[in-house]
Amino acid sequence: MTRGGDQAGGPGGRFDPGAEAAAATAAILDSTLHGTARGVVVDSPPGAGKSTLVVRAARELAAAGERLMIVAQTNAQVDDLADRLATAEPTLPVGRLHGADSPPDPVLDRHPEVMKSSSVADLRDRTVVIATAAKWAYVKDVEPWRHAIVDEAYQMRSDALLQVAGLFERALFVGDPGQLDPFSVVGAEQWAGLSWDPSASAVLTLLAHNPGLPQHRLPVSWRLPASAAPLVSRAFYPYTPFRSGTGHGDRRLAFGVPGDGGGPDRVVDEAAESGWGLLELPARHTPRTDPEAVRAVAAVVRRLLDRGGVTYSERGEAPAPLTADRIAVGTAHRDQAAAVRGALAELGVRAGPGGVAVDTANRLQGREFDVTVVLHPLSGRPDATAFHLETGRLCVLASRHRHACIVVCRAGVADLLDEHPSSEPVRLGVTVKFPDGWEANHAVLAHLAEHRVSWRP
Amino acid sequence: MNVLARAEAVARGRAVPAATVRHHRLAESPLVFVPLTTAGEAGAPLGAMIGTERTAPTVLVVPQPLDRAQRFDFFAGLAAAILPAIEEYADDVETEPATRNREEAEVCADAPQMIVPNAAALEYVRLLGRSTRYLRTVEDPEAPHPVPVPVPLLGRWLTHLAERARTPGSALLVAMTDLLTRHWATGQSAMEDQHLGGLLGWIDPPPGMDGPAAAARAQTGRDRHGLLLSPPAGPATDPVFDNRVLAPALERYDAARSAGTAGPLRVAEADVRRLVTSQLQPTWDDVWHGVDLLRALPEGAHVAERWKRDRWSFTGHRDRVRAGEPPQPKRDDAVTAAQKLAGRETAQARLFAQEALDDPLVMAARRLGGEAFAGTVLAVEMTYSEGRRPMPRPVLTVATPDVPQADPGAKAYRALPDTRSAQSAEVLDVVPARGSAECTVTVKITGGMGTGKLPREGSVPEVGERVTFTLFAHDPRGGPALPEAEATPWTHGGPPGAGGTGAGGTGPGDVPDVVTAEDFL
Repeated sequence: MTRGGDQAGGPGGRFDPGAEAAAATAAILDSTLHGTARGVVVDSPPGAGKSTLVVRAARELAAAGERLMIVAQTNAQVDDLADRLATAEPTLPVGRLHGADSPPDPVLDRHPEVMKSSSVADLRDRTVVIATAAKWAYVKDVEPWRHAIVDEAYQMRSDALLQVAGLFERALFVGDPGQLDPFSVVGAEQWAGLSWDPSASAVLTLLAHNPGLPQHRLPVSWRLPASAAPLVSRAFYPYTPFRSGTGHGDRRLAFGVPGDGGGPDRVVDEAAESGWGLLELPARHTPRTDPEAVRAVAAVVRRLLDRGGVTYSERGEAPAPLTADRIAVGTAHRDQAAAVRGALAELGVRAGPGGVAVDTANRLQGREFDVTVVLHPLSGRPDATAFHLETGRLCVLASRHRHACIVVCRAGVADLLDEHPSSEPVRLGVTVKFPDGWEANHAVLAHLAEHRVSWRP
Repeated sequence: MNVLARAEAVARGRAVPAATVRHHRLAESPLVFVPLTTAGEAGAPLGAMIGTERTAPTVLVVPQPLDRAQRFDFFAGLAAAILPAIEEYADDVETEPATRNREEAEVCADAPQMIVPNAAALEYVRLLGRSTRYLRTVEDPEAPHPVPVPVPLLGRWLTHLAERARTPGSALLVAMTDLLTRHWATGQSAMEDQHLGGLLGWIDPPPGMDGPAAAARAQTGRDRHGLLLSPPAGPATDPVFDNRVLAPALERYDAARSAGTAGPLRVAEADVRRLVTSQLQPTWDDVWHGVDLLRALPEGAHVAERWKRDRWSFTGHRDRVRAGEPPQPKRDDAVTAAQKLAGRETAQARLFAQEALDDPLVMAARRLGGEAFAGTVLAVEMTYSEGRRPMPRPVLTVATPDVPQADPGAKAYRALPDTRSAQSAEVLDVVPARGSAECTVTVKITGGMGTGKLPREGSVPEVGERVTFTLFAHDPRGGPALPEAEATPWTHGGPPGAGGTGAGGTGPGDVPDVVTAEDFL
């Protein structure tokens, strides 16, 4: 994801994103390799080159003669990291530790130096051993590693860290504080406020017990376009602002077929022009799988594909066609995603692998697309619950795109927000998260209102 | 489903069943505990009714709730009523044979079950446990305000019961409103369902009345003295009762006490006692009414298995008490908290699966949510696994009206009669419904067919047979073991008691707050 230092700055020319990012990376690597602290924490906004950093840090540690373990949260993340690591340095001995019932992605077969096993004893001599936190938790009675890298540390639960922290002496924790917090299916209020609350994020626990750890952050988002980074930064990262790595003219989305003047086409044009589009349906209270809104989402996707979209970006001179696999639909609930998949199938659009990705915010975390279509979490709802207001959910949905984001929503969400101020209990000792979802939602809505297309299907 | 059931309840004017079997263990003689607290002081008990016999409750009343000595007497009375009911179960044990992971052990053949009226009362049990388990007893010569010997033990048991109640599917301590709302859906909000009288009005209205009317009568109906016909099920009292009736009675009691005359004091005390009993009695009857309603339902097939885990929990605490271990700490350390959370998450997953397997109504909700599907087998094709010993891997094509949300490769499970573990399968493909055609799912059965070359008889369904697959495991396992508390890693503050920001014992919360000027306002 990360480009080298050859990026031109924004129109102003003063801010050089490549240089800024390189300086931040150098500082992080210095802390990791030569620092004295047992842990280093890196906060990374969406698309800031987190995985690239992890790969780079792993290679530098290996080059310094260290052996290390990498902890990621899902099997897909582990496979992806192992693939990147082996691609970047084919001669590095990598071990992919996996569960007995979850074989690794066959994509890893093309790397001869990636050894796969479900037993850590087989991988003991590999320079880098990589597995999910859940798998590491089963590893017992081994000599601890000197170094570890924990990826997506903000999505890791404190109790998961408790299980694996005995395996390493020092660690680099990398993650995005703005995304969805980990959760538990059972109540954990009884531990709220304890620094080791098992349902809290691993980084919170780590910092509560080790307040002096060096904290870095990556200052540049390479994914988000210049149209999106200021809004996402302002709405979700008010105290740790970041910039986009590209300027306003660097990316362009254009369509071969002119719009037919319908609602979906107008919102597509608006989004191509400005990077954001809001397709507003008439106000109404609806069930979760609001058929009209779901059909509107499907119609927008259909038109995106039909109109021969091409994307121009800093990645290459030649325009790239906007294909189905570069489009994602994000929802709050799984049944909404299923409804959208159904509606897409009716329009002849393939969803799933190779086609349009249709999923919930939780599952879209960490992924990247050219254009995203989002069914607003509060659309058509009579109430605004903590789930729907969660800052991370909206942040994930609004920060997956490289070019444009189109939000489909029923009118009246601003009023709904005003009727439901946050009423979550405030607990002693719990770090209050800023900004709260209510505020972030308002910020995003206010911005989207400037790109509104009202449509009555 | 639940929303639909509630809408139906409104239309019908009475509650509709939300379950076809009873998903909770209901003891032969449950220990019913109805507490009342005093307005004005958090947690100060006013009285309680307790017992295992509906006709013979023990009634405890605190005539002057602000008097600490009387409060301790109340605790002593509670201990005298509760502890024998608990210890009755402690010595009747059965032997659990040794397994691969465990030595032979003894487990109590049965365990006590305490039923309180509502969730607030359950929370009050927790508070009682917290406030009594550290009290110093008369055995301690230096204790400034000693309590009778069994009181701290009572606190430990109440704490254990309340802590166990947080485990999904447990039944050592349950709230009647939770039990009833699990099995019936009313036409009122979840908040209103916390009123036991109102809830029972919906479920079993008196003759000549419908659910809403009965609930309204229970919630707001007052007699000619202005008192509620069905006082709140506690532990809070009705403010009208407090102001108009209880306050004057307490004043009379106080006056008689300061006058020091025995006769009027006895009269005044009996007066308070009669009043408090009048508030307790309707709730007491309501709880037993609920017990009757629940007993009419047949017990779910997996309830006994969950109850066995409660018996283990009970046995474990009995052993800790007998071994002379100290009372439960104020706060859990990092490892204990993680352990409890992991245990409860497993229990939640198990409950989720077992309720669906026991109850077609719950399974219907799972099917509606895309987490299970039921249908008819259209075709069975026999295939074999690759490898040195090819094993049967029959592929079924199932037509179903459901819309399972499964990607190819997802695991599916089917309950088999006469076997303990579920049959495992893999979803190969889901073809969504088109027009009038049903959704078709192809699944490959991967287990539960014995070890032979041919599948065990009856283990593979035939064409035309009706099958139900779930996309969740039937017997979810817990995760890996956590480190010992002494091995708490540096990320979590190191071992408890190690100083600094260490977990447990020496956390910042244990330092008393600094006294400020506001403390003397």
